[in-house]
Amino acid sequence: MPEIFEFDFMIRALIGGSMVAILAPAFGLFIVLRRLSLIADTLSHVALMGVAIGFVTSIFPTFVALIATTSSAAGIEQLRSRGKLPGDAALAVFLYSSLAIAVIVISKSSGFNADLFGYLFGTVLSINDRDLWLIAVLLIVVILFVVSFYAELTQSAFDQDLAHTSGVRVTATNLALAILTGATVTASMRVVGVLMVGALIVIPVLAALRLARGFRTALVLAIVFGLLSVWVGLTVAFYADLAAGGSIVLTTVAMLILSEVLGRIRDSLPSRRTLVNPADDSSSASVQELDTAGE
Amino acid sequence: MMVDNSDIPEVVARKPLMPEGTGDPELPDDRSVVCEFDNTWYSYGGGEPAVESVSFQVRRGDFAAILGPNGSGKTTLLRLALGLLKPSRGSVELFGESSSRFRDWSRVGYVPQRVEGLGTRFPATVEEIVEQGLYRGFDPLAIFRRHGQKKVLDALEVAGISHLRQRAIESLSVGQRQRALIARAIVGDPELLFLDEPVSGVDAVGRDRFHELISSLNKEHNMTVFLISHDIGAVMQGATVCACINRTVVFHGAPHSLTGEHLSELYGFPVDVLLHDALHEHR
Repeated sequence: MPEIFEFDFMIRALIGGSMVAILAPAFGLFIVLRRLSLIADTLSHVALMGVAIGFVTSIFPTFVALIATTSSAAGIEQLRSRGKLPGDAALAVFLYSSLAIAVIVISKSSGFNADLFGYLFGTVLSINDRDLWLIAVLLIVVILFVVSFYAELTQSAFDQDLAHTSGVRVTATNLALAILTGATVTASMRVVGVLMVGALIVIPVLAALRLARGFRTALVLAIVFGLLSVWVGLTVAFYADLAAGGSIVLTTVAMLILSEVLGRIRDSLPSRRTLVNPADDSSSASVQELDTAGE
Repeated sequence: MMVDNSDIPEVVARKPLMPEGTGDPELPDDRSVVCEFDNTWYSYGGGEPAVESVSFQVRRGDFAAILGPNGSGKTTLLRLALGLLKPSRGSVELFGESSSRFRDWSRVGYVPQRVEGLGTRFPATVEEIVEQGLYRGFDPLAIFRRHGQKKVLDALEVAGISHLRQRAIESLSVGQRQRALIARAIVGDPELLFLDEPVSGVDAVGRDRFHELISSLNKEHNMTVFLISHDIGAVMQGATVCACINRTVVFHGAPHSLTGEHLSELYGFPVDVLLHDALHEHR
């Protein structure tokens, strides 16, 4: 057995990391396509506030963070959908107010600076059973949600007006998406830390979007890139003695570069049906028929 | 479709409100009303009204063309009809129900105007987009459904893009994307089709083909059409009824009774020139 599997903490890190590697990109796909990538960043700062409050009140910090992120996500979505504030302004208000509260709470109390450092930059190597259970429950909830509301989520990601006129309840879908984004951020925070949560939600998705032509393929590829990033990142961190969170995030960036390279290779191949060349199709037969019919 | 007969006397009684020449005189006017604006007003953020006291009806079987200059409120009217906006005053009804409360969306198809940005960087094949038009409420197994349904293939065929089925939506030209969205709108066989014609990005040949397709959907597939257009000449050939909008209704009636004077009033300059240019030389 390789050395990496001999340590209990590494096994735990791999289990927790893998669950988050499925959770974050699966959900991230919808967030990126709705152009809400920055919501992950905002909610991670809200999570930090939750963690700080959790430390001070001696309540399980991840749990407090979960409550804070999901309720803030709902608040942001309400402000945005009712047009009270533009989307980015709502995000800014939540980001800075929660960060300010976190700073005040942290400065008023002392003695958890080391733990706090872990929450900021990731503590996957010291992840405990309680965290693993919480992540597992969130993973199940999110998978059930994505699978059962697949049609609603893809429709509203494509276009909100079209979704509405197809009969999708767009407002409810958006609200559920926002709340579960909060949950996803909280779960991912344990692995890569508050400051890099967005990376795990966004970057594997960007890599998948470079290569995928269909929606389901994109979903699967995003998860594959997420898993590869966590496994490679953790392994490198273990043998090279690096910070695990940073190592995982740099691996996601490497995946993005890899997908770009693969994409370019594919584009340059004379593919079966010129699937990637948009200029070609106007010359195809059935369009020509229509052309002449239109004269 | 179920026709609520109790509505008809009321509609007839309201007719004097409408400008003369409503509807195509060749068609009997006991056809049910599928979309109705009744003294509808709308203003964005409480400012100047974008739509002012608009009243007209679209009846089953109509090919209604809505014409008007830029910023005349045409697209606002469409958004009101689709329940995407709520009128500040008056009402908008779809199949006899307030459009903001309307839920029976399987009866309605919609093709938006801005197709360029739509689907850019979106990972979906043309087929996946067209399948969206078959949405009929919550279906937890939707993710496992197989592609290649007959309805989807038929809609692609009607829209003339069968050969693009497996293509990524973002790799299509504007004209092709528009056809994909038409296929998406008609795949569920709606009774009423709303279309907002794009201002740019489609050449003259593309626009002619577009109008021909809409005409055939109206005549051969019996869809009632509500088309927002910029192309008066092409619309005159297929439309059965025409409404000219400049915040309020300037003209409403059969296209052949639309005169140069109406158009001059609408656009604020002599229209002969515009007609020729719009048809063949512009764009």
